[in-house]
Amino acid sequence: MKKLETFKQLLKSLKQLFLLDIARGLKITLKMMFKKKITIQYPEERTQFSNRFRGEHALRYYDNGEERCIGCKLCEAVCPAQAIFIETEERVEEISHSQNLISGARRTKRYDIDMTKCIYCGLCEQACPVEAIVQTPNMDFAVEDRKDLIYTKEKLLENGKKWEPKIKVRLETEEEYK
Amino acid sequence: MTDKNLQQKEVFVGENMKVNFGPQHPAAHGVMRLILELDGEVVERADPHIGLLHRGSEKLIEDKTYLQALPYFDRFDYVSMMANEHVWCLSIEKLCQIKVPLRAQYIRVMYCELTRVLSHLMWLGTHGLDIGAMSIFLYAFKSREKIFDFYEAASGARMHANYFRPGGVDKDIPDSLIKQIDEFIDEELKNIDMYEDLLSENRIWKQRTVDIAVVSANEAVERGFSGAMLRGSGVAWDLRKSQPYEVYDKLDFRIPVGKNGDCYDRYLVRMEEMRESLKIVRQCIDKMPKGDIKVQNFKFSPPKRKDMKNDMESLIHHFKYYTEGFHVSAGDVYTAVESPKGELGVYLVSDGSNKPYRCKVRAPGFTHLQSMEFMTKGHMLADVVAVIGTMDVVFGEIDR
Repeated sequence: MKKLETFKQLLKSLKQLFLLDIARGLKITLKMMFKKKITIQYPEERTQFSNRFRGEHALRYYDNGEERCIGCKLCEAVCPAQAIFIETEERVEEISHSQNLISGARRTKRYDIDMTKCIYCGLCEQACPVEAIVQTPNMDFAVEDRKDLIYTKEKLLENGKKWEPKIKVRLETEEEYK
Repeated sequence: MTDKNLQQKEVFVGENMKVNFGPQHPAAHGVMRLILELDGEVVERADPHIGLLHRGSEKLIEDKTYLQALPYFDRFDYVSMMANEHVWCLSIEKLCQIKVPLRAQYIRVMYCELTRVLSHLMWLGTHGLDIGAMSIFLYAFKSREKIFDFYEAASGARMHANYFRPGGVDKDIPDSLIKQIDEFIDEELKNIDMYEDLLSENRIWKQRTVDIAVVSANEAVERGFSGAMLRGSGVAWDLRKSQPYEVYDKLDFRIPVGKNGDCYDRYLVRMEEMRESLKIVRQCIDKMPKGDIKVQNFKFSPPKRKDMKNDMESLIHHFKYYTEGFHVSAGDVYTAVESPKGELGVYLVSDGSNKPYRCKVRAPGFTHLQSMEFMTKGHMLADVVAVIGTMDVVFGEIDR
């Protein structure tokens, strides 16, 4: 038993002497040098996202060009960061050039999202009953001025137009999981 | 004037030196101000100052509905997000006596264990970097990236997931994702072996960790340690075994314990924990049944989107859920989970309304940080970094 101990001790010190522990580590780092690099050149190359990715917000239109948002303010109510501000008015529908019809429906007069406050939790999208406010897969929307990050209704609707094809795919593939 | 300056200078000769370690020190793991009193290079006193990342989350939560409070929990221990969400959901479920569907439980446990790997990889990388091992940092972060992808595929966000819900999880996960996770397990097990190859026998690593900050089993218990800090000292205490929640009693896993209670043992414990966690993930994948992922009581969870569009009753539930939230029965409850850092608890007091009356978070890092002086006293200045690393402190949860 004692012989075994001393033998082990000897082996250990020999390993120490010949820097075997260091060589073992160096072998790994050397191997890594010849492995495929995982670095990507960001703005040109991008990693894959799933369809669930929660990025920049957008307000959507119906296919006939009507705004989806009905001004129910569910998103405003659920927002944990209180980043959404909405003002509504009654929807005015044009029947002919001279006649306007005031139906009972509502639309938003103002729809502001403070993107500096937003925490991208996705609750607004989940709460929206008509899929009006959605999150696009866009994640690089940095601006040079802070005030450009307070998104107005116009900006959000513009986003909706711009990202509609991707939003559609996103909503369709995710439908069964909601 | 000049006389005064001279006098002051004389006083400093032969005295201990006070050094401000942080708040901007890269090895302080966030914003900690540590005031060290040094005798030469030996630490005489260490006084951690916290609160630089205080956001008042506990108070803010009192003004939010239970659903809105959930994203705050992602931001407590911001390297193990889902473990925090888990304790919040569990405490609400305990108070309301909600029974979570089995599939949701398995998904949750699976993601909690992935989170443990995520957190430990972060710890391994930064701890290694602090002590002087650069490569391990890069390798560990490479592995972490894969887990972030799983987070993103399930919840839509890479870090602050907001995925668990009181009564289940937000969305079901597709089978393709489960397959990916399954493939990842084998790969990661090999990676962990590689990390151990790189560090465990390395003489520099051993010189920096063996016999540094030795805590005996008794001392660890007295000082309120939990998690790997406690197990590293040889106390086999794990909330997943001692008071199983969710489906942990149906899973087969072991609790690794250390022997000497030094930094090296805690390192070994955490490495072994990662392997055990991956084993649990594999079991979850094998045992996961099909079925609901949310409790089907629409007072506590939103109805399916399809139903909401076609059914008036469901629409009302949907509106109620997202505006008023849900009412939690009055009472108080303490729930704790074994988070990657240790025992993470929530003491929740409800007055029966839709907002919590009081929510106190028991952060494991807070109790660990208290022992800063105890663990560093008599060690060299360079070992302070090793001790901060071994504690695995995250200031999101300590300062709250």
